[in-house]
Amino acid sequence: MTQRIANLPPERARTLAAAYAAAIAGARRRNLAVLAVLLVLIVLAGAMAEVRPLTFLENIRNFTAYLGRIMPPLSPGTLPGDLAAWYWGLPKWTMLLGETLLMAYLGTLFGGIAAFGLCFLATANLVRSRLLCFATRRFLELCRTVPEVVFALLFVIAFGLGPMVGVMALAIHTAGALGKLFSEVVENIDMKPVEGLTASGASWVETARFAVVPQVLSNFASYGLLRFEMNVRGAGVMGFVGAGGIGQEFLVAIRNFYYSDVSAILLMIIVTVIGIDLGTERLRHALLGRESAR
Amino acid sequence: MSGAAFRRAMLADIGGLRARHPQAFAVPLRQRLAVIGAAAAAAGLAIVAMLYLDFSLLRILRGLGRLGEFAALMLPPSPDGRFLAFLQALGETLAIAFLGTLTAALFAFPFAFLAARNANPNPFLRFATKRGFDVLRSVDVLIWALIWINVVGLGPFAGALAIACSDFGALGKLFAEAIETADRKPQEGVTASGGSTLDRLRFGLLPGMLPVLASQVLYFFESNTRSATIIGIVGAGGIGTYLTELIRVLELQQVAFLVTMILVTVAAIDFVSARLRRAIIGPAAR
Repeated sequence: MTQRIANLPPERARTLAAAYAAAIAGARRRNLAVLAVLLVLIVLAGAMAEVRPLTFLENIRNFTAYLGRIMPPLSPGTLPGDLAAWYWGLPKWTMLLGETLLMAYLGTLFGGIAAFGLCFLATANLVRSRLLCFATRRFLELCRTVPEVVFALLFVIAFGLGPMVGVMALAIHTAGALGKLFSEVVENIDMKPVEGLTASGASWVETARFAVVPQVLSNFASYGLLRFEMNVRGAGVMGFVGAGGIGQEFLVAIRNFYYSDVSAILLMIIVTVIGIDLGTERLRHALLGRESAR
Repeated sequence: MSGAAFRRAMLADIGGLRARHPQAFAVPLRQRLAVIGAAAAAAGLAIVAMLYLDFSLLRILRGLGRLGEFAALMLPPSPDGRFLAFLQALGETLAIAFLGTLTAALFAFPFAFLAARNANPNPFLRFATKRGFDVLRSVDVLIWALIWINVVGLGPFAGALAIACSDFGALGKLFAEAIETADRKPQEGVTASGGSTLDRLRFGLLPGMLPVLASQVLYFFESNTRSATIIGIVGAGGIGTYLTELIRVLELQQVAFLVTMILVTVAAIDFVSARLRRAIIGPAAR
Protein backbone atom coordinates (compact mmCIF):
# COMPACT_ATOMS: atom_id res chain seq x y z
CA MET A 1 0.00 0.00 0.00
CA THR A 2 1.46 3.30 -0.96
CA GLN A 3 0.52 6.45 0.78
CA ARG A 4 1.43 9.91 -0.27
CA ILE A 5 2.86 12.06 2.48
CA ALA A 6 1.19 15.43 2.59
CA ASN A 7 3.39 18.39 1.69
CA LEU A 8 4.36 20.79 4.44
CA PRO A 9 2.67 24.16 4.33
CA PRO A 10 4.94 26.39 2.17
CA GLU A 11 5.66 28.78 5.05
CA ARG A 12 6.84 25.99 7.31
CA ALA A 13 8.89 24.39 4.53
CA ARG A 14 10.62 27.71 3.84
CA THR A 15 11.54 28.21 7.51
CA LEU A 16 12.91 24.70 7.76
CA ALA A 17 14.88 25.06 4.53
CA ALA A 18 16.32 28.36 5.74
CA ALA A 19 17.34 26.82 9.08
CA TYR A 20 18.98 23.91 7.26
CA ALA A 21 20.82 26.27 4.92
CA ALA A 22 22.03 28.34 7.88
CA ALA A 23 23.31 25.26 9.71
CA ILE A 24 25.12 24.01 6.59
CA ALA A 25 26.54 27.46 5.87
CA GLY A 26 27.98 27.62 9.41
CA ALA A 27 29.73 24.30 9.02
CA ARG A 28 30.94 25.22 5.55
CA ARG A 29 32.34 28.55 6.77
CA ARG A 30 34.23 26.75 9.52
CA ASN A 31 35.64 24.22 7.08
CA LEU A 32 36.73 27.00 4.74
CA ALA A 33 38.42 28.83 7.61
CA VAL A 34 40.32 25.68 8.60
CA LEU A 35 41.36 25.16 4.98
CA ALA A 36 42.53 28.76 4.68
CA VAL A 37 44.65 28.47 7.84
CA LEU A 38 46.12 25.21 6.54
CA LEU A 39 46.98 26.83 3.20
CA VAL A 40 48.73 29.74 4.89
CA LEU A 41 50.68 27.32 7.06
CA ILE A 42 51.64 25.24 4.02
CA VAL A 43 52.96 28.26 2.13
CA LEU A 44 54.82 29.49 5.21
CA ALA A 45 56.31 26.07 5.92
CA GLY A 46 57.16 25.60 2.26
CA ALA A 47 59.12 28.84 2.30
CA MET A 48 60.94 27.90 5.52
CA ALA A 49 61.79 24.38 4.38
CA GLU A 50 63.08 25.66 1.04
CA VAL A 51 60.69 23.48 -0.93
CA ARG A 52 61.43 23.85 -4.62
CA PRO A 53 58.79 22.00 -6.61
CA LEU A 54 60.58 22.68 -9.89
CA THR A 55 63.88 21.23 -8.67
CA PHE A 56 61.90 18.34 -7.34
CA LEU A 57 60.27 17.68 -10.70
CA GLU A 58 63.62 17.96 -12.42
CA ASN A 59 65.28 15.69 -9.90
CA ILE A 60 62.58 13.09 -9.57
CA ARG A 61 64.31 11.47 -12.52
CA ASN A 62 67.38 11.29 -10.30
CA PHE A 63 65.36 9.33 -7.78
CA THR A 64 64.29 6.72 -10.28
CA ALA A 65 67.79 6.76 -11.74
CA TYR A 66 69.17 6.25 -8.24
CA LEU A 67 66.85 3.32 -7.71
CA GLY A 68 68.00 1.95 -11.04
CA ARG A 69 71.64 2.37 -10.12
CA ILE A 70 71.40 0.58 -6.79
CA MET A 71 69.67 -2.35 -8.48
CA PRO A 72 72.16 -5.19 -8.51
CA PRO A 73 73.31 -6.44 -11.93
CA LEU A 74 71.43 -9.73 -11.90
CA SER A 75 70.91 -11.76 -15.05
CA PRO A 76 69.14 -15.12 -15.21
CA GLY A 77 72.06 -16.88 -16.91
CA THR A 78 74.67 -16.20 -14.22
CA LEU A 79 72.35 -15.83 -11.25
CA PRO A 80 74.39 -17.63 -8.54
CA GLY A 81 77.56 -15.76 -9.43
CA ASP A 82 75.72 -12.43 -9.57
CA LEU A 83 74.11 -13.04 -6.21
CA ALA A 84 77.46 -13.92 -4.70
CA ALA A 85 78.96 -10.72 -6.12
CA TRP A 86 76.02 -8.64 -4.86
CA TYR A 87 76.27 -10.08 -1.35
CA TRP A 88 80.06 -10.21 -1.28
CA GLY A 89 80.10 -8.81 2.28
CA LEU A 90 77.45 -11.18 3.65
CA PRO A 91 79.48 -12.57 6.59
CA LYS A 92 80.53 -9.11 7.77
CA TRP A 93 77.06 -7.62 7.27
CA THR A 94 75.40 -10.51 9.10
CA MET A 95 77.76 -9.96 12.03
CA LEU A 96 76.95 -6.24 12.06
CA LEU A 97 73.23 -6.91 11.79
CA GLY A 98 73.57 -9.34 14.70
CA GLU A 99 75.35 -6.62 16.62
CA THR A 100 72.47 -4.26 15.84
CA LEU A 101 69.94 -6.78 17.13
CA LEU A 102 71.96 -7.36 20.31
CA MET A 103 72.14 -3.59 20.85
CA ALA A 104 68.37 -3.35 20.48
CA TYR A 105 67.92 -6.28 22.90
CA LEU A 106 70.20 -4.86 25.58
CA GLY A 107 68.81 -1.36 25.16
CA THR A 108 65.26 -2.64 25.55
CA LEU A 109 66.18 -4.87 28.50
CA PHE A 110 68.05 -2.19 30.48
CA GLY A 111 65.55 0.50 29.60
CA GLY A 112 62.69 -1.84 30.49
CA ILE A 113 64.22 -2.65 33.89
CA ALA A 114 64.72 1.04 34.63
CA ALA A 115 61.17 1.82 33.49
CA PHE A 116 59.83 -1.02 35.67
CA GLY A 117 61.58 0.45 38.68
CA LEU A 118 60.46 4.00 37.99
CA CYS A 119 56.90 3.53 36.74
CA PHE A 120 55.45 2.76 40.18
CA LEU A 121 56.83 6.05 41.47
CA ALA A 122 55.12 7.99 38.68
CA THR A 123 51.57 6.84 39.44
CA ALA A 124 49.09 8.91 41.39
CA ASN A 125 47.24 5.89 42.79
CA LEU A 126 50.22 4.20 44.48
CA VAL A 127 52.38 7.15 45.55
CA ARG A 128 51.16 9.50 48.22
CA SER A 129 53.81 12.17 47.68
CA ARG A 130 52.77 14.43 44.80
CA LEU A 131 56.27 15.84 44.59
CA LEU A 132 57.87 12.42 44.00
CA CYS A 133 55.26 11.59 41.38
CA PHE A 134 55.78 14.91 39.60
CA ALA A 135 59.59 14.67 39.68
CA THR A 136 59.60 11.10 38.30
CA ARG A 137 57.25 12.06 35.51
CA ARG A 138 59.37 15.04 34.43
CA PHE A 139 62.49 12.88 34.55
CA LEU A 140 60.90 10.25 32.30
CA GLU A 141 59.76 13.01 29.96
CA LEU A 142 63.29 14.37 29.67
CA CYS A 143 64.59 10.86 28.88
CA ARG A 144 62.15 10.33 26.03
CA THR A 145 62.00 13.82 24.53
CA VAL A 146 65.70 14.03 23.73
CA PRO A 147 66.13 11.74 20.67
CA GLU A 148 68.35 8.72 21.20
CA VAL A 149 70.75 9.83 18.47
CA VAL A 150 71.46 13.01 20.44
CA PHE A 151 72.26 10.96 23.54
CA ALA A 152 74.47 8.79 21.37
CA LEU A 153 76.30 11.84 20.01
CA LEU A 154 77.05 13.08 23.53
CA PHE A 155 78.01 9.64 24.82
CA VAL A 156 80.34 8.98 21.88
CA ILE A 157 82.40 11.95 23.02
CA ALA A 158 82.31 10.90 26.69
CA PHE A 159 82.74 7.12 26.36
CA GLY A 160 84.39 6.72 22.97
CA LEU A 161 83.09 5.02 19.84
CA GLY A 162 81.37 1.64 19.86
CA PRO A 163 78.14 -0.29 20.38
CA MET A 164 78.17 0.16 24.18
CA VAL A 165 77.34 3.81 23.62
CA GLY A 166 74.47 2.91 21.33
CA VAL A 167 73.04 0.57 23.96
CA MET A 168 73.20 3.27 26.63
CA ALA A 169 71.47 5.81 24.39
CA LEU A 170 68.73 3.32 23.45
CA ALA A 171 68.31 2.32 27.10
CA ILE A 172 67.78 5.89 28.30
CA HIS A 173 65.26 6.64 25.60
CA THR A 174 63.48 3.33 26.22
CA ALA A 175 63.31 3.99 29.96
CA GLY A 176 61.55 7.29 29.29
CA ALA A 177 59.10 5.95 26.75
CA LEU A 178 58.27 2.70 28.55
CA GLY A 179 58.13 4.38 31.96
CA LYS A 180 55.26 6.54 30.75
CA LEU A 181 53.35 3.64 29.16
CA PHE A 182 53.93 1.39 32.19
CA SER A 183 52.73 4.02 34.63
CA GLU A 184 49.55 4.49 32.60
CA VAL A 185 48.92 0.75 32.81
CA VAL A 186 49.46 0.84 36.57
CA GLU A 187 47.05 3.74 36.94
CA ASN A 188 44.31 1.71 35.25
CA ILE A 189 44.52 -1.35 37.51
CA ASP A 190 41.79 -2.72 39.72
CA MET A 191 42.49 -1.18 43.14
CA LYS A 192 40.73 -3.87 45.19
CA PRO A 193 43.76 -6.19 45.56
CA VAL A 194 45.79 -3.16 46.66
CA GLU A 195 43.22 -2.32 49.31
CA GLY A 196 43.15 -5.95 50.44
CA LEU A 197 46.89 -6.10 50.91
CA THR A 198 47.04 -2.70 52.58
CA ALA A 199 44.27 -3.84 54.96
CA SER A 200 46.19 -6.97 55.88
CA GLY A 201 49.25 -4.88 56.71
CA ALA A 202 51.53 -5.42 53.72
CA SER A 203 54.40 -3.04 53.11
CA TRP A 204 54.50 -0.82 50.01
CA VAL A 205 56.89 -3.15 48.18
CA GLU A 206 54.76 -6.19 49.06
CA THR A 207 51.66 -4.40 47.81
CA ALA A 208 53.34 -3.60 44.51
CA ARG A 209 54.65 -7.15 44.18
CA PHE A 210 51.47 -9.09 44.97
CA ALA A 211 48.65 -6.70 44.09
CA VAL A 212 49.98 -4.72 41.13
CA VAL A 213 52.56 -6.77 39.24
CA PRO A 214 50.31 -9.79 38.48
CA GLN A 215 47.74 -7.46 36.94
CA VAL A 216 50.10 -5.53 34.72
CA LEU A 217 52.77 -8.02 33.69
CA SER A 218 51.29 -9.11 30.37
CA ASN A 219 50.67 -5.51 29.32
CA PHE A 220 54.23 -4.62 30.29
CA ALA A 221 55.59 -7.48 28.21
CA SER A 222 53.50 -6.42 25.24
CA TYR A 223 54.75 -2.82 25.42
CA GLY A 224 58.31 -4.07 25.90
CA LEU A 225 58.08 -6.12 22.71
CA LEU A 226 56.68 -3.13 20.82
CA ARG A 227 59.62 -1.07 22.04
CA PHE A 228 62.07 -3.78 21.01
CA GLU A 229 60.66 -3.53 17.50
CA MET A 230 61.22 0.24 17.49
CA ASN A 231 64.68 -0.13 18.97
CA VAL A 232 65.75 -2.48 16.17
CA ARG A 233 64.96 0.35 13.79
CA GLY A 234 66.72 2.88 16.04
CA ALA A 235 69.80 0.69 16.49
CA GLY A 236 70.10 0.43 12.71
CA VAL A 237 71.02 4.12 12.44
CA MET A 238 73.17 4.38 15.59
CA GLY A 239 76.21 3.78 13.42
CA PHE A 240 75.60 7.15 11.71
CA VAL A 241 77.11 8.86 14.75
CA GLY A 242 79.65 6.13 15.49
CA ALA A 243 77.64 4.18 18.03
CA GLY A 244 77.94 0.70 16.50
CA GLY A 245 75.78 -1.63 14.45
CA ILE A 246 75.16 -1.83 10.73
CA GLY A 247 74.56 1.92 10.31
CA GLN A 248 78.23 2.75 9.94
CA GLU A 249 78.67 0.36 7.05
CA PHE A 250 75.49 1.63 5.43
CA LEU A 251 76.55 5.26 5.75
CA VAL A 252 79.91 4.48 4.14
CA ALA A 253 78.17 2.69 1.26
CA ILE A 254 75.83 5.63 0.62
CA ARG A 255 78.46 8.36 0.97
CA ASN A 256 80.96 6.57 -1.26
CA PHE A 257 78.36 5.62 -3.89
CA TYR A 258 78.90 1.85 -3.58
CA TYR A 259 75.55 1.41 -5.28
CA SER A 260 75.00 -2.33 -5.13
CA ASP A 261 76.15 -2.41 -1.49
CA VAL A 262 73.47 0.14 -0.64
CA SER A 263 70.71 -2.06 -2.00
CA ALA A 264 72.20 -5.19 -0.43
CA ILE A 265 72.41 -3.72 3.08
CA LEU A 266 69.09 -1.89 2.77
CA LEU A 267 67.37 -5.12 1.77
CA MET A 268 68.91 -6.92 4.75
CA ILE A 269 67.71 -4.20 7.13
CA ILE A 270 64.20 -4.19 5.66
CA VAL A 271 63.87 -7.98 5.83
CA THR A 272 65.13 -8.05 9.43
CA VAL A 273 62.80 -5.28 10.56
CA ILE A 274 59.76 -6.81 8.87
CA GLY A 275 60.61 -10.25 10.29
CA ILE A 276 60.87 -8.84 13.79
CA ASP A 277 57.65 -6.86 13.34
CA LEU A 278 55.77 -10.02 12.39
CA GLY A 279 57.33 -12.09 15.18
CA THR A 280 56.68 -9.62 17.96
CA GLU A 281 53.16 -8.99 16.71
CA ARG A 282 52.35 -12.68 17.10
CA LEU A 283 53.90 -12.81 20.56
CA ARG A 284 52.00 -9.71 21.62
CA HIS A 285 48.68 -11.06 20.42
CA ALA A 286 49.36 -14.31 22.28
CA LEU A 287 50.17 -12.40 25.48
CA LEU A 288 47.20 -10.05 25.32
CA GLY A 289 44.86 -12.80 24.15
CA ARG A 290 45.66 -14.83 27.23
CA GLU A 291 44.99 -11.77 29.33
CA SER A 292 41.52 -11.13 27.92
CA ALA A 293 40.62 -14.83 28.04
CA ARG A 294 41.13 -14.96 31.79
CA MET B 1 33.55 -14.37 65.81
CA SER B 2 36.37 -11.99 66.64
CA GLY B 3 39.40 -11.62 64.39
CA ALA B 4 41.73 -13.54 66.68
CA ALA B 5 39.24 -16.39 67.14
CA PHE B 6 38.68 -16.55 63.38
CA ARG B 7 42.42 -16.72 62.82
CA ARG B 8 42.77 -19.52 65.35
CA ALA B 9 39.94 -21.50 63.73
CA MET B 10 41.49 -21.14 60.28
CA LEU B 11 44.96 -22.08 61.50
CA ALA B 12 43.61 -25.19 63.23
CA ASP B 13 42.52 -26.48 59.83
CA ILE B 14 45.62 -25.35 57.96
CA GLY B 15 46.32 -28.86 56.70
CA GLY B 16 42.82 -29.14 55.24
CA LEU B 17 43.08 -25.71 53.61
CA ARG B 18 46.41 -26.64 52.08
CA ALA B 19 44.89 -29.83 50.66
CA ARG B 20 41.81 -28.10 49.28
CA HIS B 21 43.53 -25.01 47.76
CA PRO B 22 47.04 -26.06 46.79
CA GLN B 23 47.46 -23.24 44.25
CA ALA B 24 47.00 -20.59 46.94
CA PHE B 25 49.98 -21.90 48.90
CA ALA B 26 52.58 -22.72 46.29
CA VAL B 27 53.16 -22.17 42.60
CA PRO B 28 53.33 -25.51 40.76
CA LEU B 29 56.90 -26.67 40.17
CA ARG B 30 56.59 -26.67 36.38
CA GLN B 31 55.33 -23.10 36.25
CA ARG B 32 58.05 -21.98 38.61
CA LEU B 33 60.71 -23.71 36.51
CA ALA B 34 59.35 -22.08 33.34
CA VAL B 35 59.57 -18.60 34.89
CA ILE B 36 63.08 -19.23 36.22
CA GLY B 37 64.13 -20.67 32.87
CA ALA B 38 62.84 -17.67 30.92
CA ALA B 39 64.53 -15.23 33.28
CA ALA B 40 67.79 -17.18 33.09
CA ALA B 41 67.65 -17.24 29.30
CA ALA B 42 67.05 -13.47 29.16
CA ALA B 43 69.90 -12.82 31.58
CA GLY B 44 72.21 -15.23 29.79
CA LEU B 45 71.55 -13.58 26.44
CA ALA B 46 72.17 -10.21 28.05
CA ILE B 47 75.55 -11.35 29.42
CA VAL B 48 76.59 -12.82 26.06
CA ALA B 49 75.51 -9.59 24.35
CA MET B 50 77.46 -7.46 26.83
CA LEU B 51 80.60 -9.53 26.27
CA TYR B 52 80.13 -9.42 22.51
CA LEU B 53 79.56 -5.66 22.44
CA ASP B 54 82.70 -4.92 24.54
CA PHE B 55 81.05 -3.57 27.65
CA SER B 56 83.68 -2.50 30.13
CA LEU B 57 83.13 -1.18 33.61
CA LEU B 58 86.31 0.85 33.44
CA ARG B 59 85.14 2.69 30.34
CA ILE B 60 81.74 3.34 31.87
CA LEU B 61 83.25 4.80 35.02
CA ARG B 62 85.71 6.96 33.12
CA GLY B 63 82.95 8.10 30.77
CA LEU B 64 80.66 8.93 33.67
CA GLY B 65 83.37 11.17 35.08
CA ARG B 66 83.65 12.92 31.74
CA LEU B 67 79.86 13.25 31.52
CA GLY B 68 79.98 14.98 34.89
CA GLU B 69 82.50 17.46 33.49
CA PHE B 70 80.24 18.00 30.48
CA ALA B 71 77.28 18.67 32.73
CA ALA B 72 79.30 21.31 34.56
CA LEU B 73 80.33 22.87 31.24
CA MET B 74 76.68 23.01 30.12
CA LEU B 75 75.77 25.51 32.82
CA PRO B 76 74.49 28.07 32.36
CA PRO B 77 72.75 27.41 29.02
CA SER B 78 73.40 30.34 26.74
CA PRO B 79 72.76 31.00 23.04
CA ASP B 80 76.01 33.01 22.72
CA GLY B 81 74.38 35.58 20.50
CA ARG B 82 73.05 33.04 17.99
CA PHE B 83 69.53 33.04 19.31
CA LEU B 84 68.01 34.24 16.04
CA ALA B 85 69.84 31.64 13.99
CA PHE B 86 68.66 28.93 16.40
CA LEU B 87 65.11 30.23 16.20
CA GLN B 88 65.22 30.08 12.43
CA ALA B 89 66.54 26.51 12.54
CA LEU B 90 63.75 25.59 14.94
CA GLY B 91 61.21 27.07 12.53
CA GLU B 92 62.77 25.04 9.76
CA THR B 93 62.41 21.90 11.89
CA LEU B 94 58.73 22.62 12.50
CA ALA B 95 58.21 23.29 8.81
CA ILE B 96 59.86 19.95 7.94
CA ALA B 97 57.62 18.09 10.38
CA PHE B 98 54.48 19.90 9.22
CA LEU B 99 55.03 19.45 5.49
CA GLY B 100 56.23 15.88 5.91
CA THR B 101 53.23 14.82 7.96
CA LEU B 102 50.76 16.59 5.70
CA THR B 103 52.19 15.12 2.50
CA ALA B 104 52.26 11.66 4.06
CA ALA B 105 48.63 11.99 5.16
CA LEU B 106 47.48 13.21 1.73
CA PHE B 107 49.15 10.28 -0.01
CA ALA B 108 48.23 7.71 2.64
CA PHE B 109 44.53 8.56 2.46
CA PRO B 110 43.74 7.18 -1.03
CA PHE B 111 46.19 4.29 -0.71
CA ALA B 112 44.67 3.20 2.60
CA PHE B 113 41.44 2.39 0.75
CA LEU B 114 43.44 0.11 -1.51
CA ALA B 115 44.73 -1.75 1.55
CA ALA B 116 41.42 -2.08 3.42
CA ARG B 117 39.42 -5.27 3.12
CA ASN B 118 35.99 -3.63 3.06
CA ALA B 119 36.91 -1.02 0.44
CA ASN B 120 39.01 -3.02 -2.01
CA PRO B 121 37.85 -6.53 -2.94
CA ASN B 122 41.01 -7.43 -4.90
CA PRO B 123 43.22 -9.50 -2.56
CA PHE B 124 46.40 -9.17 -4.65
CA LEU B 125 46.26 -5.39 -4.82
CA ARG B 126 45.46 -5.31 -1.10
CA PHE B 127 48.41 -7.52 -0.23
CA ALA B 128 50.79 -5.52 -2.43
CA THR B 129 49.70 -2.20 -0.89
CA LYS B 130 50.07 -3.51 2.63
CA ARG B 131 53.56 -4.91 2.03
CA GLY B 132 54.47 -1.64 0.32
CA PHE B 133 53.50 0.22 3.48
CA ASP B 134 55.60 -2.23 5.51
CA VAL B 135 58.69 -1.62 3.40
CA LEU B 136 58.33 2.18 3.54
CA ARG B 137 57.80 2.03 7.29
CA SER B 138 60.70 -0.24 8.09
CA VAL B 139 63.29 2.15 6.62
CA ASP B 140 64.32 4.66 9.28
CA VAL B 141 63.79 8.40 8.70
CA LEU B 142 67.54 8.99 8.75
CA ILE B 143 68.05 6.46 5.97
CA TRP B 144 65.28 8.08 3.92
CA ALA B 145 66.97 11.43 4.49
CA LEU B 146 70.27 10.09 3.16
CA ILE B 147 68.54 8.75 0.06
CA TRP B 148 66.67 12.01 -0.63
CA ILE B 149 69.83 14.07 -0.11
CA ASN B 150 71.26 12.19 -3.08
CA VAL B 151 68.25 13.31 -5.12
CA VAL B 152 67.42 16.91 -4.12
CA GLY B 153 70.65 17.92 -2.40
CA LEU B 154 71.39 18.92 1.21
CA GLY B 155 68.80 20.96 3.07
CA PRO B 156 65.40 20.88 4.74
CA PHE B 157 63.56 19.85 1.58
CA ALA B 158 65.24 16.43 1.75
CA GLY B 159 64.21 16.21 5.39
CA ALA B 160 60.55 16.90 4.61
CA LEU B 161 60.59 14.27 1.87
CA ALA B 162 62.20 11.76 4.23
CA ILE B 163 59.51 12.26 6.87
CA ALA B 164 56.81 12.08 4.21
CA CYS B 165 58.14 8.73 2.97
CA SER B 166 58.45 6.94 6.29
CA ASP B 167 55.13 8.33 7.56
CA PHE B 168 53.34 7.37 4.38
CA GLY B 169 53.92 3.75 5.36
CA ALA B 170 52.91 4.21 8.98
CA LEU B 171 49.83 6.36 8.35
CA GLY B 172 48.71 4.16 5.45
CA LYS B 173 48.64 1.15 7.74
CA LEU B 174 46.81 3.02 10.51
CA PHE B 175 44.27 4.55 8.09
CA ALA B 176 43.59 1.14 6.56
CA GLU B 177 42.95 -0.29 10.02
CA ALA B 178 40.60 2.62 10.79
CA ILE B 179 38.67 1.90 7.59
CA GLU B 180 38.44 -1.79 8.38
CA THR B 181 37.17 -1.31 11.92
CA ALA B 182 34.65 1.41 11.04
CA ASP B 183 31.02 0.91 12.00
CA ARG B 184 29.22 -0.94 9.18
CA LYS B 185 25.69 0.25 9.95
CA PRO B 186 25.81 3.69 8.29
CA GLN B 187 27.33 2.06 5.21
CA GLU B 188 24.56 -0.53 5.09
CA GLY B 189 22.06 2.28 5.40
CA VAL B 190 23.52 4.08 2.39
CA THR B 191 23.58 0.86 0.36
CA ALA B 192 19.99 0.04 1.35
CA SER B 193 18.75 3.42 0.16
CA GLY B 194 20.39 2.83 -3.22
CA GLY B 195 23.82 4.44 -2.93
CA SER B 196 26.74 3.27 -5.06
CA THR B 197 30.05 2.03 -3.63
CA LEU B 198 31.47 5.53 -3.86
CA ASP B 199 28.40 6.94 -2.05
CA ARG B 200 28.82 4.28 0.61
CA LEU B 201 32.45 5.32 1.25
CA ARG B 202 31.74 9.04 1.05
CA PHE B 203 28.58 9.25 3.17
CA GLY B 204 28.64 6.04 5.23
CA LEU B 205 32.32 5.67 6.05
CA LEU B 206 34.09 9.03 5.82
CA PRO B 207 32.14 11.08 8.39
CA GLY B 208 32.82 8.55 11.14
CA MET B 209 36.43 8.04 10.16
CA LEU B 210 37.62 11.60 9.66
CA PRO B 211 38.01 12.52 13.35
CA VAL B 212 40.08 9.37 13.96
CA LEU B 213 42.33 10.20 11.02
CA ALA B 214 42.73 13.81 12.10
CA SER B 215 43.70 12.75 15.58
CA GLN B 216 46.27 10.28 14.25
CA VAL B 217 47.76 12.88 11.93
CA LEU B 218 48.12 15.31 14.83
CA TYR B 219 49.77 12.62 16.90
CA PHE B 220 52.24 11.94 14.11
CA PHE B 221 52.99 15.64 13.72
CA GLU B 222 53.87 15.64 17.40
CA SER B 223 56.26 12.71 17.14
CA ASN B 224 57.68 14.06 13.87
CA THR B 225 58.78 17.29 15.51
CA ARG B 226 61.02 15.00 17.56
CA SER B 227 62.37 13.12 14.53
CA ALA B 228 62.81 16.38 12.62
CA THR B 229 65.17 17.66 15.30
CA ILE B 230 67.69 14.92 14.52
CA ILE B 231 67.35 14.81 10.75
CA GLY B 232 70.00 17.53 10.51
CA ILE B 233 72.56 15.01 11.74
CA VAL B 234 72.87 13.68 8.19
CA GLY B 235 72.54 17.18 6.69
CA ALA B 236 68.82 17.34 5.98
CA GLY B 237 68.18 20.71 7.61
CA GLY B 238 66.64 21.96 10.81
CA ILE B 239 68.01 22.35 14.28
CA GLY B 240 69.87 19.02 14.19
CA THR B 241 72.54 20.57 11.99
CA TYR B 242 73.47 23.01 14.76
CA LEU B 243 73.12 20.34 17.41
CA THR B 244 75.59 17.97 15.75
CA GLU B 245 78.08 20.70 14.98
CA LEU B 246 77.97 22.19 18.48
CA ILE B 247 78.29 18.81 20.20
CA ARG B 248 81.30 17.95 18.04
CA VAL B 249 83.09 21.20 18.89
CA LEU B 250 82.02 20.93 22.55
CA GLU B 251 80.18 24.25 22.72
CA LEU B 252 78.18 22.71 25.54
CA GLN B 253 76.48 25.85 26.84
CA GLN B 254 74.91 26.34 23.43
CA VAL B 255 74.02 22.64 23.27
CA ALA B 256 72.19 22.93 26.57
CA PHE B 257 70.35 25.97 25.26
CA LEU B 258 69.36 24.16 22.08
CA VAL B 259 68.12 21.11 23.99
CA THR B 260 66.07 23.36 26.25
CA MET B 261 64.57 25.05 23.19
CA ILE B 262 63.64 21.66 21.74
CA LEU B 263 62.10 20.50 25.02
CA VAL B 264 60.00 23.64 25.33
CA THR B 265 58.84 23.43 21.71
CA VAL B 266 57.90 19.77 21.97
CA ALA B 267 56.03 20.40 25.22
CA ALA B 268 54.13 23.29 23.62
CA ILE B 269 53.20 21.18 20.59
CA ASP B 270 52.10 18.31 22.83
CA PHE B 271 49.84 20.70 24.70
CA VAL B 272 48.31 22.32 21.61
CA SER B 273 47.77 19.07 19.73
CA ALA B 274 46.22 17.38 22.78
CA ARG B 275 43.67 20.21 22.94
CA LEU B 276 43.04 20.06 19.19
CA ARG B 277 42.59 16.29 19.36
CA ARG B 278 40.08 16.63 22.13
CA ALA B 279 38.23 19.33 20.19
CA ILE B 280 38.08 17.12 17.09
CA ILE B 281 36.97 13.83 18.62
CA GLY B 282 35.05 15.21 21.56
CA PRO B 283 35.84 14.92 25.25
CA ALA B 284 34.32 11.46 25.76
CA ALA B 285 36.42 9.35 23.40
CA ARG B 286 39.98 10.44 23.81
